[in-house]
Amino acid sequence: MAVPHGKLPAWADYGLLPLINVVVAFGVSGLVVLLAGESPVRAATLLVQGAFGSGQNIAYTLYYATSFIFTGLAVAVAFHGGLFNIGGEGQAYVGGLGVALVCLSMDTLVPWYITFPVAILGAAFAGAAWAFIPAVLQAKRGSHVVITTIMFNFIAASLMVYLLVGPLKPAGQMAPQTRTFFEGGQLPKLNWMLEAVGFSIRSSPLNISFLLAIVCAFLVWVLIWRTRLGYEIRTQGHSPKAARYAGIGEARIVIITMMISGALAGMMALNPVMGDTNRLQLDFVTGAGFVGIAVALMGRSHPAGIVPAAILFGMLYQGGAEIAFMMPNISRDMIVIIQGLVILFAGALEHMFRPWLFMAFASLSPGSVGLGRAGREGA
Amino acid sequence: MTESAIELVGINKSFGAVRANQDINLKIEKGTIHGIIGENGAGKSTLMSILYGFYQADSGRILINDKATTIDSPDDAIKQGIGMVHQHFMLVQNFSVIENVILGVEGEALLKSSISKARAELLRLVREYGLEVDPNAIIEELPVGLQQRVEILKALYRGAEILILDEPTGVLTPAEADHLFQVLAQLKAQGKTIVLITHKLREIMAITDNVSVMRQGKMVATRKTSETTVEELAELMVGRRVLLRVEKGAPKPGEVKLSVKNLTVVDSRGVTVVDNVSFDVRGGEIVGIAGVAGNGQSQLLETISGIRQAKSGEVMLNGKPIDVTGQADPADLRHRGLAHVPEDRHYVGLVLPFEENENSMLGYHDRDFYLRGPFLNIEAIRADARDKIEKYDIRPPNERLKTANFSGGNQQKIVLAREMEKDPDVLIVGQPTRGVDVGAIEFIHRRLIDMRDQGKAVLLVSVELDEIRSLSDRIMVMFDGRIVGHRDGDADEGELGLLMAGIEAKEAAE
Repeated sequence: MAVPHGKLPAWADYGLLPLINVVVAFGVSGLVVLLAGESPVRAATLLVQGAFGSGQNIAYTLYYATSFIFTGLAVAVAFHGGLFNIGGEGQAYVGGLGVALVCLSMDTLVPWYITFPVAILGAAFAGAAWAFIPAVLQAKRGSHVVITTIMFNFIAASLMVYLLVGPLKPAGQMAPQTRTFFEGGQLPKLNWMLEAVGFSIRSSPLNISFLLAIVCAFLVWVLIWRTRLGYEIRTQGHSPKAARYAGIGEARIVIITMMISGALAGMMALNPVMGDTNRLQLDFVTGAGFVGIAVALMGRSHPAGIVPAAILFGMLYQGGAEIAFMMPNISRDMIVIIQGLVILFAGALEHMFRPWLFMAFASLSPGSVGLGRAGREGA
Repeated sequence: MTESAIELVGINKSFGAVRANQDINLKIEKGTIHGIIGENGAGKSTLMSILYGFYQADSGRILINDKATTIDSPDDAIKQGIGMVHQHFMLVQNFSVIENVILGVEGEALLKSSISKARAELLRLVREYGLEVDPNAIIEELPVGLQQRVEILKALYRGAEILILDEPTGVLTPAEADHLFQVLAQLKAQGKTIVLITHKLREIMAITDNVSVMRQGKMVATRKTSETTVEELAELMVGRRVLLRVEKGAPKPGEVKLSVKNLTVVDSRGVTVVDNVSFDVRGGEIVGIAGVAGNGQSQLLETISGIRQAKSGEVMLNGKPIDVTGQADPADLRHRGLAHVPEDRHYVGLVLPFEENENSMLGYHDRDFYLRGPFLNIEAIRADARDKIEKYDIRPPNERLKTANFSGGNQQKIVLAREMEKDPDVLIVGQPTRGVDVGAIEFIHRRLIDMRDQGKAVLLVSVELDEIRSLSDRIMVMFDGRIVGHRDGDADEGELGLLMAGIEAKEAAE
């Protein structure tokens, strides 16, 4: 039998539908704000102004988006291979270890542009290594990556606590963190980029790893759609039976895919560790690994969707902080609710409005969806 | 003037630029079996989807029992007495028969009382229509023929007066198909109206009262079955004469290219599915394996092509062993000249969400031709796909189209083009024409004969005995994992039928 539902035009499918989902999520969020006794309109204004109102705010939004691009790409690559990597959080955390070790050992010796490529490798290698163990367990023993990667998040957290209160902490210091990197371990800021288009910025954490994230988004597109490996990953992801038939080794693809995913998650650490705080500290990932799942879902696992989705979540982080600051009744937790609603509508309930949208299209212009209502003119 | 159960007037339906149904007029008389035949992509399924409420027509009228009506959803169709038996069953595998039958029409909050009520009704239906089936049996333990019966019972339980069956015999053994026809005759005798969608001409001739032929979205003819012939229907379907028997010269067998010795395969449940099988296939001949589906043919093909591991035995390809008991690699076997058209093109032979050009290199994607270092050579891949589309007349001729949007026959051509065009020495083919229309069947058969005439060794597995008999130079019959008989290509159909049913020729003679 043919598919019972028709097909929307591409622009509606990839543009309008996600937009409706986000608008509805904001609508429901408005009700939550109303319940808390604040004006939703003012909250929305604060959110948008907080995120995009000044050069300063834009820089912060993009700073958060940078982390989400990395973790979103990580989740998306795994999705293409039919794997659900929930371990981005832990892989990013361990990625931070890679960054810190490189920076701590090189920052006094060489300038940042020598440290940076090595730190990229360090972050990617550490993240990939952390994903390697669940990958091997999946490939060889059939242990499901959803279970193992989430367990590895906890192991990563414990490992980092141990390292930061022990071996990595400078003697005589109270805080559980490494020493601050010297100039050779600090990434340059990108404030000049926004200033060049006329914004003024006092200080912001937006750094050169944003550009790296954009490059990675392009490279992921190349990998998935333009390389033999990407072809094999997609085949495995769509149909393991077809992959077996085509002689594509399942174990090999599972392991490589997870390691690429882990490497991308690990590279997220460059942004906060080397780009902002210039030291490794506890819990610097702050949920970016999980936000990556929502970003990948919303961006349909395509880099061209992931970058805007990451910016949307960057806006929620930055603008949300502004709301929490300006509105006494809205706490930081309320912002988490709003983010949750966006994830709910854009991710889990992605197709909820499809039938209605389809019907709207069918009655307004039947030609656009190859459908109309018939039988009505019958006697 | 007979009463009509369904009348369709001027039905039009387009998907984008494709006009799936054009100005269809159809009248189905009450209490008859009405066949609808046509090639894949002729618009049969679209028309039935309109009748069952999956789609709405762009224009046209539907009359049920001479009353104009609209059918907006399958629910609507059921309310108006239309039941559908799908090609792929819609059953919950681990539910019992009765649970499946009442699914969606449980009626009450407590399942127990509705089940006991339903049981009486179900037993009545079972008796009345000769649809013997145990209401407590679990679906996954039933053979396919009985599962289909459950589908029919589901429709009858919902009060269907008009039953639509979509390719009902595609999955059945010949004996099961015969039984289905008895059931349909019984239903007709009770006054039900039956619409039978098929592309098997023999079934049309055997059971229908009237037959309508569709071609390229149009209804080209309606005939009384008693007043038409297989040849006329075949011609109406494809618009030209087709060869139902393939013309082929005498085989010129050469060297042994594929040799199987004492091959035994045990599946994950521990059941021996291929039992000590030995045979040779020479270049320049087609060896057919006949048998009812599920007697080990699938596992045999999978083992030879390196997808499944054997327990013991050996397989030689061009005189060199294939590591069938260890880690045989399908990619490596392809390089050694083994091509494989798998039985299941939807999940094995193709990746349906891929673009056509991506599928036209599946398994051969490691060839330098398609690559530039680690990168795909997109231009070469697409040009190659376009060549194959032209050579194999794949329609629509668009290599960027999603594979899922091609019809069954054209999907099969995509697989065949891919496997044949790399000049293999040995071609193993499973169910080459399952779900494929008459025009494409002729084309595919022709290509298989060409491969043979070029000196390739062809191993053919099919559950269509006609296909085995018209193509094969030698026939082996497989039953319960064993080869139970070797025959020549012109073996008697009845004799093969007995072998397929597990009755040895000697026993039959006694």
